[in-house]
Amino acid sequence: MSEHNDPAVISNSWASLKQFTPARIALGRAGISLPTRASLDFQLAHALARDAVNIPIDFSDLDLSLSLMGLQSLTLNTQAENQQLYLQRPDLGRVLSDATLACLQQTTTKPTDAVIVVADGLSSKAIQQHALPFLRLLLPQLNDYRLAPLCLVKHGRVAIGDAIAEHYAARLCIVLIGERPGLSSPDSMGIYFTYQAKAKLSTDADRNCISNIHNNGLSYEQALKKLMFLIKEAEKLQLSGVNLKDESTDTTTDNSPKYVNFLVD
Amino acid sequence: MYKVHLAQLSYDFKTLRNLMAKATPSRSGDYLAGVGAANNLERVAAQWALADVPLKQFLNEALVPYEQDEVTRLIIDEHDSIAFAPISHLTIGDFRDWLLSDLATTEVLTAIAQGLTPEMVAAVSKIMRIQDLILVAKKCRVTTQFRNTIGLENRLSTRLQPNHPTDNPAGVAASLLDGLLYGCGDAVIGINPASDNIEATLRLLHMLNEVIERYQIPTQSCVLAHVTTTLKAIEQGAPVDLVFQSIAGTQKANDSFGINLNLLNEARLAALELGRGTLGNNCMYFETGQGSALSANAHEGLDQQTCEARAYAVARKFKPLLVNTVVGFIGPEYLYDGKQIIRAGLEDHFCGKLLGLPMGCDVCYTNHAEADQDDMDVLLTQLAVAGNTFIMGIPGSDDVMLNYQSTSFHDALYVRQVLGLRPAPEFEHWLQQQGIFNADNQLLQKSEVPALFKASLQKLGR
Repeated sequence: MSEHNDPAVISNSWASLKQFTPARIALGRAGISLPTRASLDFQLAHALARDAVNIPIDFSDLDLSLSLMGLQSLTLNTQAENQQLYLQRPDLGRVLSDATLACLQQTTTKPTDAVIVVADGLSSKAIQQHALPFLRLLLPQLNDYRLAPLCLVKHGRVAIGDAIAEHYAARLCIVLIGERPGLSSPDSMGIYFTYQAKAKLSTDADRNCISNIHNNGLSYEQALKKLMFLIKEAEKLQLSGVNLKDESTDTTTDNSPKYVNFLVD
Repeated sequence: MYKVHLAQLSYDFKTLRNLMAKATPSRSGDYLAGVGAANNLERVAAQWALADVPLKQFLNEALVPYEQDEVTRLIIDEHDSIAFAPISHLTIGDFRDWLLSDLATTEVLTAIAQGLTPEMVAAVSKIMRIQDLILVAKKCRVTTQFRNTIGLENRLSTRLQPNHPTDNPAGVAASLLDGLLYGCGDAVIGINPASDNIEATLRLLHMLNEVIERYQIPTQSCVLAHVTTTLKAIEQGAPVDLVFQSIAGTQKANDSFGINLNLLNEARLAALELGRGTLGNNCMYFETGQGSALSANAHEGLDQQTCEARAYAVARKFKPLLVNTVVGFIGPEYLYDGKQIIRAGLEDHFCGKLLGLPMGCDVCYTNHAEADQDDMDVLLTQLAVAGNTFIMGIPGSDDVMLNYQSTSFHDALYVRQVLGLRPAPEFEHWLQQQGIFNADNQLLQKSEVPALFKASLQKLGR
């Protein structure tokens, strides 16, 4: 695959334009087709994204780390019993399984202010990589709040937090969840914050979302700053969602050079 | 009314809506909606029953009540009974035979298009195999014009989609130039803006207009913002070629998109007034996709494919330049895997073409769908054989803004080469003039940048 010497591959002389975009431009061609290197590059990215969706979440490390921090956690299941069902029936990923519900109802609940839910969502990889480091930053900030046990949910969608928050009568519901993986970001984590979440009643309009948390996206610190701003404002306004605007300082992740349109200017 | 007795079992499907849903080839979205067939036998029983339904019945039994849905009213009120007359005696089963027969020539299919309703074409598609969908669609011919001519025989156009995660002008320009140098962009140069606000839309509209004017490219531009944003841009004097909007097949779903027929009409008239088309005035660009009504909780008990076909009635009213079914974008809860995506793409293309639309397809998938590049190659090739009007062109198939995979510039070249398809004639002429293509429509062998674009690149100090 030494394409520079390969007479079958025609390279593109405009490769310098790659500085302006993460898009797969100037790939060159073998005949009119993708050269081997570009083709395998794509397959690599797709494999990472597919594995992020399909490799089952393993909460044991997270559970252990949390208990070493002196924190109680519970592992919960939804009605989406397997991955295939989970992908085809988003509604089942929003409801706790009967066994989990029975289990929750047996445990006594002390009054709480906030609940943190960690769910695999569409990228177990995002949660494996980013949940614990983010929690290490977040938990000290929530010292003044009475926390429910951390809930680790397998095959969970965002709205699973509503039922859990309601169970613990928690005012603040914070859901960390794996986002739909892109080719360039298979391990992106999102945070959904809902004030006074209610199962089956809360909608997307009631939530605030902090998206795109990964190594090349929003940093843990930036995400934490946004979340703490939202919590503070929500407590003041007693609401969350579309009427709670994120006015924390701009944390744009666009570091690309500010060139103008070179085709005309 | 819709009864059938098969394999020692009796089925009674009660309503046409139920019958249509049960007859639909298996797909996840119909199970999510709770309308799909319980098993294979029930599905095939519904197909038998559906084959006996007269086409006329679709004019008598609205699948969504006339009183509560403006899409139904549009379908019924604008039905052309004269165009319908030659086939009005047929059942759905007869109609399939007729479509496949030599009686249904290109001219005849063109003549009956306005006599067909979306539900009729959706119904017949449910009892057709993939080769039937291809064979009939191939006979349909729909041409449209703005600054070039789209949809001629043995032509395949491409939408150049130079999206960038932050709409950075240099980033957009980089993908745009890459696409042009690979011969892409005759259907439209169309950008999905990263944020749907008026400032971003204006900036991109002016940018695309300047590029098209500077390089005298015989194509049209589009910024895929909400129709209300585009209307504001027109009011502010922006150079709008095509008005974009996502549309769906029920009034409720269109409500959730923040649109209705009046608004679309207003936008079309505003764009027509600008008079920017040189060859024709097809100035609308619509996108659709199976599952969109269900995802807005507005499917009215319909199966997703019938909902989709009804969206084409909305499209047809506004004489679009292009209609694009974004088939695999919505995710596995609607179309689970490559098999479901492939069939849906070919159904949509067939239904759109039969209704008289310039139908293209975003051959695409997301990373949580059970699909990969091989599936896309199958759909792309089959669509091209079926005479699909246009596909997307995205650098290396990877849309870095919308985070999904579609067809690449290379894919378009592949399918043109193996099937002998050409770009729109005006654009083809431009490509040859600029030395991007040779006289045989092959990319020139040298890796040099054509003279036209040299100065721009030299400025960057390569």
